[in-house]
Amino acid sequence: MIRTLHVLVLVFMAVAGLVSLSASAQTPEDALATLKNEAKTSTPAFQGFSAGAGERFFKQTHGNELSCASCHTENPFMAGKHAKTGKIIKALAPAANAERFSDSAKVDKWFKRNCNDVLGRVCTPQEKGDVIAYLLAVKG
Amino acid sequence: MLLDIRNKFRMLAVVVLLAGGTMPVAHADDDDDERMPVATNALWQAECGSCHLAYPPRLLPAESWQELMTGLDKHFGSDASLDAPSAREIGAFLDKNAGRNRHSKPGKPVLRITETRWFVHEHDEVSADVWKNPKVKSAANCAACHTGAETGNYSERSIKIPR
Repeated sequence: MIRTLHVLVLVFMAVAGLVSLSASAQTPEDALATLKNEAKTSTPAFQGFSAGAGERFFKQTHGNELSCASCHTENPFMAGKHAKTGKIIKALAPAANAERFSDSAKVDKWFKRNCNDVLGRVCTPQEKGDVIAYLLAVKG
Repeated sequence: MLLDIRNKFRMLAVVVLLAGGTMPVAHADDDDDERMPVATNALWQAECGSCHLAYPPRLLPAESWQELMTGLDKHFGSDASLDAPSAREIGAFLDKNAGRNRHSKPGKPVLRITETRWFVHEHDEVSADVWKNPKVKSAANCAACHTGAETGNYSERSIKIPR
């Protein structure tokens, strides 16, 4: 009996260990799929993501001083520069930097911070999806 | 004998899993190829170092770091908010390695390193032109002149003022 319990505990720990290591790993397409589900739920009339809309959103200001492009540049295939500190920011387009959008926790963290700085609010699933669709289309 | 080997195998499995469970979870950083400063913590380096140099904890007293950590959602005009577990770990690291005595003075804690008496005194020979140089951009940009800043080396010998 004790031995069965022992084995069960080990199996549980193995599964928990694997889950904790892979929880936030993803591809940019996974991120887009998650956002698509969120958009469908929040907006019944959702018609898909648009790279063109994403590009406009990325390059425009939204009432505040900064746009996405202020730090990530007009060409997200290239490295950017923090608008205030001047610190180099690695390229945002997945074609130039494979790390981008590969960690869902990091994606959520930066959308939360940067949308707050650029728009003064959270971004909608539509806005986030459009931007990722645009970034995936940037090839050089 | 067989039972003995099984038990050993189980113990090994437990050790491996425990080690796996304590590994940091995906804190890939924008600057992961830098060498670490003297007092270091991987999460602090990744989080504080993504928008600016991860300023050495000893440059501010503990009460200043505590104040900064409670206002990360409005961090000098930017949202630098952290999830609670990260904020706890970084807060504890800053607290443990904060500067002692020399910066402390009564009143509201200083939030900018550049406003500490120590910083002002150390930089009183730097002319106004240097601060205005676009290559320096801001007094917050330690690495513009302190070529070893990323590794915590602020010695006089490593200073190279850009022209």
